[in-house]
Parts: sequence; structure tokens; C-alpha cells
Amino acid sequence: MSEDKLLKNTRDFVAPGDKLVESMEFLPGKNCFREGNGVFAKRLGLVSVQGRVLSVIPLNGVYMPNRDDMVIGEVTDVQSNGWVIDIQCPYQAYLPLSGVRGYIDSNKTDISKIYGVGDVIYGKIKMVNSMMSVHISMFDRICRKFSGGRVIRVNPAKVPRIIGKSGSMIDMIKSRTGCYVVVGQNGTIWLEGDKESFVIDVIRYIEENSASEGLTNKIEEILKRGVVHEKK
Amino acid sequence: MKRSDGRKPEELRPLEITAGVLENATGSARVRMGRTIAVAGVFGPREMFPRRLQDFNRATVQCRYSMAPFSTDERARPGPSRRSKEISLVVRKALEPLIFLDEFPKAAIDIYIDIIQADAGTRTAAINAASVALADAGVPMRGLVSAVAAGKIDGKYVVDLAGKEEDASDCDLPVAYIPSQGKISLLQMDGNLAKEDVKALIKIATTACEDIEKKQRDALRKRWIK
Repeated sequence: MSEDKLLKNTRDFVAPGDKLVESMEFLPGKNCFREGNGVFAKRLGLVSVQGRVLSVIPLNGVYMPNRDDMVIGEVTDVQSNGWVIDIQCPYQAYLPLSGVRGYIDSNKTDISKIYGVGDVIYGKIKMVNSMMSVHISMFDRICRKFSGGRVIRVNPAKVPRIIGKSGSMIDMIKSRTGCYVVVGQNGTIWLEGDKESFVIDVIRYIEENSASEGLTNKIEEILKRGVVHEKK
Repeated sequence: MKRSDGRKPEELRPLEITAGVLENATGSARVRMGRTIAVAGVFGPREMFPRRLQDFNRATVQCRYSMAPFSTDERARPGPSRRSKEISLVVRKALEPLIFLDEFPKAAIDIYIDIIQADAGTRTAAINAASVALADAGVPMRGLVSAVAAGKIDGKYVVDLAGKEEDASDCDLPVAYIPSQGKISLLQMDGNLAKEDVKALIKIATTACEDIEKKQRDALRKRWIK
């Protein structure tokens, strides 16, 4: 295997149909496909090479639910034995009574008092099947219902950049601003604190400049300065 | 041979492509081919409504092409017409084979195309805009599709006919081509042509499509890499 066969290098911009390599030595990873001997990009994004596997880190797109993802969703309907949750993806999620801690007798309890329409929850995706039926669970210790605060939506493809390497970016924002911030992998973010508006501006800045290098340093400067754009 | 607007036979009209022109759409693009301007917005993949139309194995592509009332010399009647329904269908069929629809079962991908200004070649401008808008929305695709019309004027083969040329031409052959795959996804013909003419026109149209595809890629790069 030789890397000089690659037509695109790591972090190169690619659009759908761009050929990454013309060789059977490499394998198509995420957002790539094979056609003949070549590996092509499926989506617009940046190339990532990990050994023999070529993949594309997308720059835009909708959230597709995966098992064990932590998501923030809004309750849109209360049914007899569960809740319908909007998790900002092409499919509605369902939180069954069995996905909530403790025994609930649906005949004796008004379940809308547990989670009502409009409530925002932080849950874990428990199951996604081939028919894209999505089930959520609240068993995890960090799962909860939010009260107060603000909810914003960002491009789901930018979530890894907002979180940073092992949470470095989001931890820095939280510690410097004193705000509580919870990032759902579906691109929904809940935040609460005195500097909510500033945190939103910082998150929007990260979203807009996600493809630029040295972003962590820039964010550190912004947090020190206290404003996103300096007044001229 | 020079054309009425001074172009060479195989020369495109001034082409301008901008990606990400609409804030509210998942992906969008504006394409200007000479005096023809098309704006496309892509929403989704999102939940398919009405639910009875959901396809359990793949996503459904819904395409709507329409011309603004002020797009032509005489007022174009707003709302769906026989022509706009036909073009919506051909644009959808030109784009559908490109998209990895099986990755989004039950979902819908909505493409809305509006012609702001028309001077021939609206369906090809619509396909070019929709293709960039789909890529901009992050929809997984096999490649970008580019489209252009070719025609025959006074026995000469020409590409990207402007309004007056289209009226004077013997025929019009819109071609949508996927350069990365070397495949044609739309081929229509208006007028009478010999077999050799069709072959020659497809050849010059596909060559022109390769140039358009480069501009489409540049537009996407400009939008995302600052």
C-alpha cells in the first residue's frame, strides 16, 4: 500500500463524485463509495485517511440517528404508553414508558405530568432499526428533562467541532463563561447561564469557521476578550 | 462562424454559480447562464408527508419547478402549468439516479426551483442549480450533474442557445451529463435531427457539461472553504 496513489490528501475539500484513489488497496469508509477500482466521495466534505480506509468528514447534512447517541429532543405528543420526540432528523423518535426509570402505571398516572408537550429532554438512542424506527431511553444517569435555559439548533455536521477533541472546546466555553451547556449529537444545544447570548455567538462563530485551522486558539482569544467581533 | 451574441459555436454564455444563497434551506444555489437565472433550494432529507406516500425502502424526491411571473417578456401565469409539471418531472428524473436514496428510507428530499429570469435553457439552468443545491445540502450523491442544451443553426452545431438563437434553430437538444461517471441522465429532443447530428450534438454538449461541472465544484468550494 502506498499513500502516493492518493488523488486527494487528508483535509482536502471534496464534492460528490470526486475520485479519491484509483486502487483496490484502499477501502471506502464513511461517505465514500466504490465504483470499479476507484473510491469516490459521496458527500461534500474534507478527506480523512486512516490507514487503508478513506472517508469524508461532511460539512453539511441532516442528522441520522445512531444507537447510543445522546440527543436533545422536544416532546411533540403524549400517547398512552410513551412520548413522541422530535430530534431534528427525518424520523420521529419514540420514548416508551419502559425507557423511563421507575415503574409507571399508565392506568393510574397522567404521563403528561412526567413529560408534557413542549418539554425538552436529553436522552440516549436505544434502538434504530432498518425501518428507521427510533427508540429513546432515559435510563442513563445524565439523561434528564431541562427546565429553563435556551435551546439553539446548529448544523449537525459541526457538532464534533463544537465539542472538540475529547470535549476540549465545549469544556473551555463552559469553564470560561460559567454557563451550563449540553450539546446533543443531533445538533440541538441547550444552554443556561448569565452569558447565554455570548455563548450562542461563540457557537455560531465555531459553526461558521469550522473548516479553518487553529480554531481552538481563536476561540480562546474570543473568550478572553468577551466579544466575538472586535469593534473597529 | 460567430453567433448573434459574438460567441463561438462551442462557447457557453457567461456562467455564474453561487452556492448557499438561501438561509432557510438545507442547501441552495443560484445559477446564471447568460440572461437565464435559476434559484434552487433543497430541504431535507426530512419526514415525508403525507405518510401514505412514504416509500419504506428509499427516500422520495419531490421536485417543483416554477417560473416567476416577471421572468419572461410577457407575464407568466403563476402556479403549476402543463409545462412546469413536465419540467419538474424531467428535472427529478435527471437527479434521482444520482442520489443514494436507500440511505433515507421513508424520508423526502424536496427540491424547489424558481426561474427568476428566462432566456432559453431554463431546464438546464434548473438542473445545474438543483445539483449544486443537493451537494450543498450534504445529500449523498454519485456525482454532480451538469446540463446544457445543444442545437443546430444554419447547419452548424452550437451549445447553450440563447432565446433568439433557440427561435432560429432547427432543433434543441438538452443534455444532462454526469462527468464523474461519464453517463447521461437526461436527453430530450425538440425538432428533427439525423443520427449523426444527434451524436455530434451530444459530444459538444457533454464537453460543455464538463466545463460547467468545474464551475459547480468551484462554487461549492468557495461556499465552504473560506
